Amino acid sequence: MMSELTRLTIAGARDALRAGDLTAADLTEACLTEIEGADALNAFVHHTPDMARQQAAKADARLRSGDAPAMCGIPLGIKDLFCTKGVASQAASHILGGFKPEYESTVTAKLWEAGAVMLGKLNMDEFAMGSSNETSAYGDVVNPWRRNGTDTALTPGGSSGGSAAAVAADLCLAATGTDTGGSIRQPAAFTGITGLKPTYGRCSRWGIIAFASSLDQAGPMTKSVRDAAIMLQAMAGHDAKDSTSADIPVPDFEAALTGDIRGRKIGLPREYRMDGMPAEIEKLWATGAEMLRDAGAEVVDISLPHTKYALPTYYVIAPAEASSNLARYDGVRFGHRAKLSQGDGITEMYEKTRAEGFGAEVQRRVMVGTYVLSAGFYDAYYNKARKVRTLIKRDFEQVFADGIDAILTPATPSAAFGLGEMASADPVQMYLNDVFTVTVNLAGLPGISVPAGQDQRGLPLGLQLIGKPWEEGDLLNHALVLEQAAGFAARPDRWW
Amino acid sequence: MSIDHETAAKVAKLARIRVEPDALPALADEFNTILGFIEQLGEVDVDGVEPMTSVTPMRLKRRDDVVTDGDQQRAVLANAPDAREGFFAVPKVVE
Repeated sequence: MMSELTRLTIAGARDALRAGDLTAADLTEACLTEIEGADALNAFVHHTPDMARQQAAKADARLRSGDAPAMCGIPLGIKDLFCTKGVASQAASHILGGFKPEYESTVTAKLWEAGAVMLGKLNMDEFAMGSSNETSAYGDVVNPWRRNGTDTALTPGGSSGGSAAAVAADLCLAATGTDTGGSIRQPAAFTGITGLKPTYGRCSRWGIIAFASSLDQAGPMTKSVRDAAIMLQAMAGHDAKDSTSADIPVPDFEAALTGDIRGRKIGLPREYRMDGMPAEIEKLWATGAEMLRDAGAEVVDISLPHTKYALPTYYVIAPAEASSNLARYDGVRFGHRAKLSQGDGITEMYEKTRAEGFGAEVQRRVMVGTYVLSAGFYDAYYNKARKVRTLIKRDFEQVFADGIDAILTPATPSAAFGLGEMASADPVQMYLNDVFTVTVNLAGLPGISVPAGQDQRGLPLGLQLIGKPWEEGDLLNHALVLEQAAGFAARPDRWW
Repeated sequence: MSIDHETAAKVAKLARIRVEPDALPALADEFNTILGFIEQLGEVDVDGVEPMTSVTPMRLKRRDDVVTDGDQQRAVLANAPDAREGFFAVPKVVE
């Protein structure tokens, strides 16, 4: 009975809460019970049950008074990248060990103002750098899904792996994620949930621990497209504290969900048909296109000629920005400071602190970023990458100008792989996970991953839809059609 | 462009990350793998293309030059590994 409550969607819970058929206190208690029983997933890394119960009590009072926004009483998990006042927020890094912010991120503050309930903080790749949740200082997250008939532990994807696993395992109704190169959409695809990366600037980045500031964007990870619309509504909006957050009205995203896409034009980019793409992925993509066609859309081939340069561009720009953003972790103002030896000066303090505090992948990216920004290489690497980024964005502008309303692609090049399976691969092999998602960050566009099928071994597969800037409502409407046509209803067998 | 151990050590120094000498060869190899991947950008013709400065065509907002916050010494120092008498404490910087 309790666990059935946690299976609710945001929309379902909202309606039940408003009708008085359910209390936020009961719903919250059910989630807390599920979380307690799910240590094997390693999704929740900081638990905040007292805060959750207090927020739930307030939400119930608000519901009774009739003043209840859609998110009122909805229990959420929060990615560890979001600063939450008085609650550990350490980006899954040792270097922020013990850090408890004195302030609240704008996105989480908006969610609490809307009455949402915080269950705790969710595991992730360290500083959001990773595609498998294996770079976390808290240890790996385990995907609730398993291949049919096996007990091999699989990755939930990354970097928002804890968020994805928690939503897929019904530990919470939804979770926040962040997406710099695919960190919402790839884990959503690996766990059979919906993940939306909004247009760059739609959600404030203030109080979200920075990775690559020109690419980072927060978004909802949910059990349905409708839930993504409802949750984005509460997260979005201009914030004077983030100068890149857009000062434009936030439309009613849920109202855009008409389910009618007749006459809309969907593009299939031919450059996304990669060599060696698994037949299952190709088939899923074709099936998705057929579903949109059946719904009355026109599906056409398009070209995004600079696609193959997106990953190399990303792996210049993201490390460059990371090396700058992560310079603040110096052992002085917050987090970890290394034990120093007799005679050590401030340089030794910096170097030892950062060597101890950052994991291998973070160190690698900070150093690559340092290199591409260093004297003599700035033009050859960093400026070159920024120019190619202009061309990548122009590719999208061109197809939208030609009348394309949305672009359909696979979300990932494979289903979830085994934890440790990529351990012996070079870093670039892991980076290829983001091949279909990274273009969207470089162009600042909204993108959504929708569960659309299963592979031969029963694992979920996702399709990605890419929309025009600021047209999340329209994008969500296309996603709704895909969701309804795909009818993805599978759920992982409970083994944890 | 291939990175040798000396360059790897220099980059580590610039990044203020201590790397033990015996770890430098592996680090240099990883840099070379990643930089080899990035080299593909050399194929792209970017003549006359402006480097992107902002992904959305927006002017950064300005605000009035007034104090909006302050008097937060306790909060500012609350997370410091070593804070004394209202200051951050660090090892001796000047002799």
